[in-house]
Amino acid sequence: MTNTAEQLAGRASRTTEGLALEHVSLTLGDGDSTVTALDDVDLTVPRGELLAVVGPSGSGKSSLLAVAGALIAPTSGAVHLDGVDVLALKGGRQAALRRERIGFVFQSGNLLPALTAMDQLRFALHVAGVRGTPGRDPRDLLEQVGMGHKAGRRPHELSGGERQRVGIARALVTTPGLLLVDEPTAALDRARSHEVVELLAAETHEHGVATVMVTHDHDVLEHCDRVVEMEDGRLSA
Amino acid sequence: MFLAWRELWFARARFGLMGGVVALIAVLVVMLSGLSSGLVNDGVSGLKKLPVSAFAFGEDTAIDSAFSRSTVDRDQLAQWADQDGVAEAALFGNQLVNGEGPHDEPVDLALFGVEAGSFVAPSAEDVIEGTALSGENGIVVSETVTDLGLGLGDTVTIDRLGTELTVVGILDGQHTFGHVDVAYVPMGTWQEIHAGIPEGAEARPEIYDGATAIALASASGEDIDRAAGDAAAATTTVSLEESFDGSPGYAAETLTLELIQVFLYAISALVVGAFFMVWTIQRKHEIAVARAMGASTGYLVRDALGQAAVVLVVSTVAGMGVGVGFGALLSSSPMPFALEAAPLAAAAVLLIGLGLVGAAASVGRIARVDPLTALGGQR
Repeated sequence: MTNTAEQLAGRASRTTEGLALEHVSLTLGDGDSTVTALDDVDLTVPRGELLAVVGPSGSGKSSLLAVAGALIAPTSGAVHLDGVDVLALKGGRQAALRRERIGFVFQSGNLLPALTAMDQLRFALHVAGVRGTPGRDPRDLLEQVGMGHKAGRRPHELSGGERQRVGIARALVTTPGLLLVDEPTAALDRARSHEVVELLAAETHEHGVATVMVTHDHDVLEHCDRVVEMEDGRLSA
Repeated sequence: MFLAWRELWFARARFGLMGGVVALIAVLVVMLSGLSSGLVNDGVSGLKKLPVSAFAFGEDTAIDSAFSRSTVDRDQLAQWADQDGVAEAALFGNQLVNGEGPHDEPVDLALFGVEAGSFVAPSAEDVIEGTALSGENGIVVSETVTDLGLGLGDTVTIDRLGTELTVVGILDGQHTFGHVDVAYVPMGTWQEIHAGIPEGAEARPEIYDGATAIALASASGEDIDRAAGDAAAATTTVSLEESFDGSPGYAAETLTLELIQVFLYAISALVVGAFFMVWTIQRKHEIAVARAMGASTGYLVRDALGQAAVVLVVSTVAGMGVGVGFGALLSSSPMPFALEAAPLAAAAVLLIGLGLVGAAASVGRIARVDPLTALGGQR
């Protein structure tokens, strides 16, 4: 039932592919110490666009990612991903949505220490339950992000930039519609930062992914299609 | 199990240490199980092999000294033989004696006095060498007597009394009572020895009336009404299993070993539980990442429990293998040690099962890991 409904919703709204947040507010904490993390945020990111969200620490950037990635439910508002009403899904279906439609790129990669670069990608496919067809070939993808020669290395044998490349490949291997990127250049030098964001931009454009990248790093904004600024939970273009 | 196998390899030193602890506990469990079975065999194998369902001892006999203190007579036997559900009833005598073998070597025997032809007397099929009970002073002994150098036709002289008993038959397998080899002896001779009548002396006729207990066999499918029988015959009746506690030292030995084993199982479960708790806490951030990637709680818990099962099965089997190896060396020694498949299998199941319970209690934490913590800004 749920599946059919989702598929119908997805097909009916081809024009609204990508991420859409409408009047999203998020209040964190309880009792006396409530913090308004997101304040009436409206945001649309179509497929194929790399959007950068900049702003000071504590301005709500990470909350934006968490809400967009179905990790936390907003206090009010609506979240649609490729036309699917994310908030209407139950917990288990939200996890399924994350593994099938959303890719996360974390700070400094957040790779699993026990897995080789190749296995990081295969794990993502395994979690998503992809048996061959819809996912991308992990070896090809590693080649594309320039990590083909280090497929057998574990995270502690990789540099920060290399880890971030593997992290990006891991997020993309399940062909997500939405890519959420959290401070990808926080641990990188300038040259590596540019390489990594160029890679994100190229993948976003080539594979038609809606990408939201949260960053402090104003140097890399030149590679982004659009930049929005966040302050005290509010967005401004 | 995608992640589980790779983590096992990646953290093989840590898993190896924990597995080593479980394996050593498994070795210890095997040794204790062997010792336990060995002591049980030494203590009561002679009783276990009797075709008896219950023993009626003299009235108000305390079970721990029943076999040495109780006396019953033929009137009580007659009362019991008439009870409902009793298929067979016979006098049974029990007496530990010291004697000397043919080469003046000390020989200790547990004499089982039985009346020839009664259901407790060893039959021809029970004997691997010689014959069943025959003659006044012929005895049929446990196969383990041969370890003392005794054989068919050898004579054992009872200390002080001078009674000479000749081995006429050797039983199949171990028959011991209170760590002493069993010798079946005709009831008349048993009664004389029990009464302390020296060889050749006249005995008062009333000594031939008594024995230690009445051996009872229930009719198939029926239970003996112990209360009714005890009331009629003025006896105290216990089942065969309950009578084991009357074997010297038996209750204390088995209780001690069981207690040690229970502690080992508990320690093992706690070690495994503690290990997986620390391991899960260490992996908290990775679990958050996996959950953010969309891995369900069920997926991660299955993975972690599978991992625990692999470690437990491998280390338990390895430890038990080593334990059985040690045990094989001990079996040829005079130590009471017997490895039996059933208690070993039960021990393996307990070690693995309780280990999984310990692991399950710890990996439950996975469900409480918030995927939000995978995002840097939320830490």
